[in-house]
Amino acid sequence: MTNSIRLFFSKLELDNRMLGMIGALIFLWVVFNFATDGRFLTPRNLFNLSVQTASVAVMATGMVFVIVTRHIDLSVGSLLGLLGMLMGTLQAHILPQYLGFEHPLIWVITVVAGLSIGVLIGAVQGWIIGYLTVPAFIVTLGGFLVYRGAAWWVTTGQTVAPLDASFKLLGGGAEGTLGAGFSWIAGLLASILAVVLMVLSRRQKAGHGFSIKPIWAEYTLGAVAVSLIMGFVWIMNSYPLSKGAVKRIFANRDLPIPDFNVYHGIAIPVLIVVMIAVLMTVIAKKTRFGRYVFATGGNPEAAELSGINTRLLTVRVFALMGGLTAIAAVIASARLGSVGNDLGTLDELRVIAAAVIGGTALAGGVGTIYGALLGALIMQSLQSGMAMVGIDAPLQSIVVGIVLVLAVYLDIAYRRRAGA
Amino acid sequence: MNKVKTPLVEMKDIQVSFGGIKAVDHVSIDVYPGEVVGLLGHNGAGKSTIIKVLSGAYKKDGGEILINGKPVTINNPRDARQHKIETIYQTLALADNLDAASNLFLGRELLTSMGMVDDDAMEAETRKIMGTLNPNFEKFSAPVSALSGGQRQSVAIARAVYFDAQILIMDEPTAALGPHETQMVSDLVKQLKKAGIGIFLISHDIHDVMQLCDRASVMKNGKLVGTVDVADVTDDELLSMIILGKQPENQTT
Repeated sequence: MTNSIRLFFSKLELDNRMLGMIGALIFLWVVFNFATDGRFLTPRNLFNLSVQTASVAVMATGMVFVIVTRHIDLSVGSLLGLLGMLMGTLQAHILPQYLGFEHPLIWVITVVAGLSIGVLIGAVQGWIIGYLTVPAFIVTLGGFLVYRGAAWWVTTGQTVAPLDASFKLLGGGAEGTLGAGFSWIAGLLASILAVVLMVLSRRQKAGHGFSIKPIWAEYTLGAVAVSLIMGFVWIMNSYPLSKGAVKRIFANRDLPIPDFNVYHGIAIPVLIVVMIAVLMTVIAKKTRFGRYVFATGGNPEAAELSGINTRLLTVRVFALMGGLTAIAAVIASARLGSVGNDLGTLDELRVIAAAVIGGTALAGGVGTIYGALLGALIMQSLQSGMAMVGIDAPLQSIVVGIVLVLAVYLDIAYRRRAGA
Repeated sequence: MNKVKTPLVEMKDIQVSFGGIKAVDHVSIDVYPGEVVGLLGHNGAGKSTIIKVLSGAYKKDGGEILINGKPVTINNPRDARQHKIETIYQTLALADNLDAASNLFLGRELLTSMGMVDDDAMEAETRKIMGTLNPNFEKFSAPVSALSGGQRQSVAIARAVYFDAQILIMDEPTAALGPHETQMVSDLVKQLKKAGIGIFLISHDIHDVMQLCDRASVMKNGKLVGTVDVADVTDDELLSMIILGKQPENQTT
């Protein structure tokens, strides 16, 4: 029996490590669901969980590249705070002077400015690391202090609020979702895309005469992918908006207040995470840049001898990290609706933990984007689950810390056994 | 050897210093098309250093490099590759976490029309060249860390010969190999020689050199002891060049 199950999974050619992580996640969810008398696995909580994970998940995809190239970035939390503060000031205090409040261009200008500054700051850090050869640990530790201080300096510590209404949609919340109809369409499109990609890949492999999976394995994987996507959409579409939110939204659009339930659907920040995850996976697997990131992490000397400009690569990796931090700053500040002094505090550790729990090896060369996303989801599940159960904050930190070390130990033990 | 032709590569009066130490001190070596030149010497004699100048890994502090009689500038490995110089490093220079195809094409990936890395096409090409080089090679999707020493060596060799090298540098190509694989490398060297490729073979194994090389340049303490036709010297004479740094009495180059 166990043998046939093992054979079944080996034919699917899935990553055992990923299956283990999914197992751990399901275990956590089930335990928390019991401990909270069924409040954990509700559409409402899963929706909140997806939104809470978004900001760290976006940064974790970039941290994979940073750690794969044998670097580290301790500055992302502080940088998120600084970028949030700059974008908050820009949209709340500066742009309205010229455009008027709630001008439709405000959020666009704000996001573009935030992204540009994020990329620039990241590139400068990368340049110091790559060309001046100061260790990344030191450069980003310096950045950690500099950006937190600079964030305070922007408004001398005052919280910036309120943020632009369109900007706030990027953080999720009642208004910041696709709504049920568009969520179904998005789910359908994603399902079709997944199936088409699987078919194309199989054709190409067959065209080169490589060995391919048995056709039933392809059907199984396709069915799993489609049901995961549609299942997620279904759950998000089962969480009704509150009566107050429905009134507010329909009144704003000059529509009659409906007497039926209106559902959330997929939150916009989650949509952003999905798009970034797809983009980052394509970059990692299918572009020269991604290939060089992994080659440099595996053997920097070999990469250099193969003609790869590893210094410039470092600049590009950190610039990318800066850009993703800006996107995370948009999500985090938009979700809260205001930017306080402590925005992003300790996020660098959550992001690094997510990447590492997701299988990114600090020795370099190994890591996946989907692993980092799962890692972020596990971390967030653990944290909000414990909060829901009513575990004290200090104890939460203790548990998260122990889980981090345990996860990495299990990973090391697994790799040793697998001989990889 | 036909010495009236211009050499394929001529390294003239090359100097490299690290700090105050002269690792390569006014050394000149050359290789003709279809010729194998052995570079001999103890560890630290400077043979790997001068060769890394040619492959672009080190910068020279003086001297010049001519290819087919024309002076060229080689500042990095990319320049060397553009001059059709390929190197098999002693360390193999493989990214252990990537598979054979990714290593073979590292820095020169095949792209699809969309500009994406075309893994399937690269694997297909890798299967072709491995089929001729090392037919036993099967682990195409495993990272090269999972391969044996000989298999890793054949990936490094495949990378050097796939891209139509004219000049091949082999740094201790048989150091990590068993007898069977050593024979494979010898056969390959002979085959490449016939194709008119110029080869620098770095080795500290006299027998390798006597068997495969046409000429041998011996270095000691960063200086060139001398260059001899392998046919004109005995093992002992070569050894005394390496150990004592003395040119045999009857040799003039």
